[in-house]
Amino acid sequence: MSMKTRVSAYTLSVALVCSTGAFAQQKAEVLHWWTSAGESASVKVFADQFTKAGGTWVDNAIAGGVNARTAGINRMVGGNPPTMMQFNTGKQFDELVSNDLVRDVDAQAKAGKWREIMPKPIVEAAVRNGKFYAVPVNIHGQNWMFYNTKIFADAGLQPPKTFPELIETGEKLKAKGVIPIALGGQPTWEHNLFRAVLVGNGGAEMFRQFYGVRKPDVLKDPKFRQTVELFGKMRGLVDPASPGRNWNDATALVITNKAAMHFNGDWAKGEFTAAGQTPGKEYGCTLVGDTPKEVIGGDVFVFPATKDKAALETQDKLIQVLLDPATQLAFNIKKGSIPVRLDVDVSSMDVCAQRSSAVLKDPANQVEAMELLSPPNYSGAIQDAVTQYWNTPSMTVDTFIEKVSNAMRDAT
Amino acid sequence: MDTISIRAPSVSPSGTKIRRSLRTRLPAAIALLPTALIVLVVYIGCMLWTVRLSFTSSTLLPKLDWFGVTQYTRLFANDRFVTSAENIFIFGALFISGCLIIGFLLAVFIDQNVRGEGLFRTIFLYPFSMSFVVTGVAWQWFLNPALGLQKLVRDMGFETFTFDWIVNQRMAIYTIVIAGLWHGSGLTMAIMLAGLRGVDKDLWKAAKIDGIPTWRVYTSVVLPLLRPMVVTAVVLLATGVVKLYDLVVAMTLGGPGIATEVPAKFVMDHLFERNNIGLGTAAATMMLITVVIVLAPWVYVRYVRPQGSHA
Repeated sequence: MSMKTRVSAYTLSVALVCSTGAFAQQKAEVLHWWTSAGESASVKVFADQFTKAGGTWVDNAIAGGVNARTAGINRMVGGNPPTMMQFNTGKQFDELVSNDLVRDVDAQAKAGKWREIMPKPIVEAAVRNGKFYAVPVNIHGQNWMFYNTKIFADAGLQPPKTFPELIETGEKLKAKGVIPIALGGQPTWEHNLFRAVLVGNGGAEMFRQFYGVRKPDVLKDPKFRQTVELFGKMRGLVDPASPGRNWNDATALVITNKAAMHFNGDWAKGEFTAAGQTPGKEYGCTLVGDTPKEVIGGDVFVFPATKDKAALETQDKLIQVLLDPATQLAFNIKKGSIPVRLDVDVSSMDVCAQRSSAVLKDPANQVEAMELLSPPNYSGAIQDAVTQYWNTPSMTVDTFIEKVSNAMRDAT
Repeated sequence: MDTISIRAPSVSPSGTKIRRSLRTRLPAAIALLPTALIVLVVYIGCMLWTVRLSFTSSTLLPKLDWFGVTQYTRLFANDRFVTSAENIFIFGALFISGCLIIGFLLAVFIDQNVRGEGLFRTIFLYPFSMSFVVTGVAWQWFLNPALGLQKLVRDMGFETFTFDWIVNQRMAIYTIVIAGLWHGSGLTMAIMLAGLRGVDKDLWKAAKIDGIPTWRVYTSVVLPLLRPMVVTAVVLLATGVVKLYDLVVAMTLGGPGIATEVPAKFVMDHLFERNNIGLGTAAATMMLITVVIVLAPWVYVRYVRPQGSHA
């Protein structure tokens, strides 16, 4: 409720400012949901660079992705859009493109050779009908395993390389009284763990079949069944207080030497950094699986369609700022992600970011995130099935497969 | 024991009187017009719009095609919706009856002219001033086996003490009920207390002279007198049941698994997170139908049934 009033009050004030200051310099109203300490520090990099380039950055941060997207879409449909708006890579803005509510930026993309310098999954995430409709700004890896180096050293164990190995190592750690896996027991994170197991054990192709093609054939693959069984065995490696836990509380268990391993996206680095820990020292990061497959997504900005010449110029300037190599580096160091341009030198970044960048240099290791492959109603239905399976140890693999095939049938 | 209705003097059907009543009523009608329009367009209109959308294949944006009852078939084949429906009935029954019983007992307790009545009243009513989000987060911590009650008791030396309802699929919904009771009982107490204070002192004196035990006076004399208060409390509590959402989101996020999902959360998730307007509005329509079914007998008795038979 208060969110709405705030937004409308904001809209009103922007309208007033715009009408009185028509001759003012280029003013960009940016709607995003980067509100945490680390996030707002990173978005400030963009704001500062844009101000340096002669523009005025009007920051419209709305807490919570869902709230922000709802507010932004309502404003676009209502004909009063912001200058630039954040989205996650994925299908969130598909219908905005098909309803001509966002501007195509393919000319800028051709000039900047985006198709060559960005990983293919990210390019595909921003392209609709052969044209760029969004500007990607970073790459987040979603299936990293963070581990506590001290616990592994004390136990005389090596961090596992594959998932069957992980189960064995986990049992040994459990016998020593450590929590083997720290999990935020909320549907989102249970689902995130499932995806890490699926891509690590089942492989990139199975991941794409499952989330992208969505044909039930993939469910009959024995490898898929084995993956689901492995995932089920991991229940025993999680502590009983996991249900309902927030992801950052799970990360904290690794930071405080209570838990050994934690699967999360690279945004979890922010928690380690805030606790004064350095990657490669107190904690390590690795991709579990036969070969290192990295599931990637990220953030993009879309530019609402407008006929106003001045607004178009402002948008052009914003695009330049976003993809400037120095800005990219500064922004991504703060954000915990890696630059979307793989041609940027990352040697000044931490070891996890360098590793991520090195892995992604090989296109075979790039796996597009679920958000890029599935419509939200399908991924949501899968999430329901995964959280039921995870929390009901008595549920058989067959029941799970049946639920998934129903979801495949009903997906639109 | 019943409400006393005063019959309005019957108006003689002469023309002048009708004209006069029209003259006095016209401004009132004009003043009410905006409200009436808002009710018609916003409430009824949106309701019909929602029902219409539940028969479409809309995803992110509304689309006015015709999709038959497919969304409803999907809805009833959806484990999560079925669990949500079961949960709301469990929660509704336990929450309303629990609040009434606890609220009434607390009100009786305070009505004994206890010392420090104001203090107790404030303490009992205080939880109601918390939002459901704060309530949910507080109870989540309190019930978490690794942080809250269970750890506290175990640390005191009772190693085998177990109270892990919140992480137990079968019991988790009852933790929501507990938090709800903690939140809502105070309000029920306040309503009941107001009723108790309105009970005629002479009734008590008469009962005392007749030698009737106090508990008997409460159950057989006072409670029936409190009927309007009970109805008020039930209506207020029932609206809380239908819109139950924030408490669950703050406390369990619907988990473990889907054990504490509720219909309002199903609707919100599908409308705003899963871009599935069709399924979301179908669930919303089912909620509406359920509320109408529950309310229908009451509306019939209250408004439709002829006054004469209502003794």
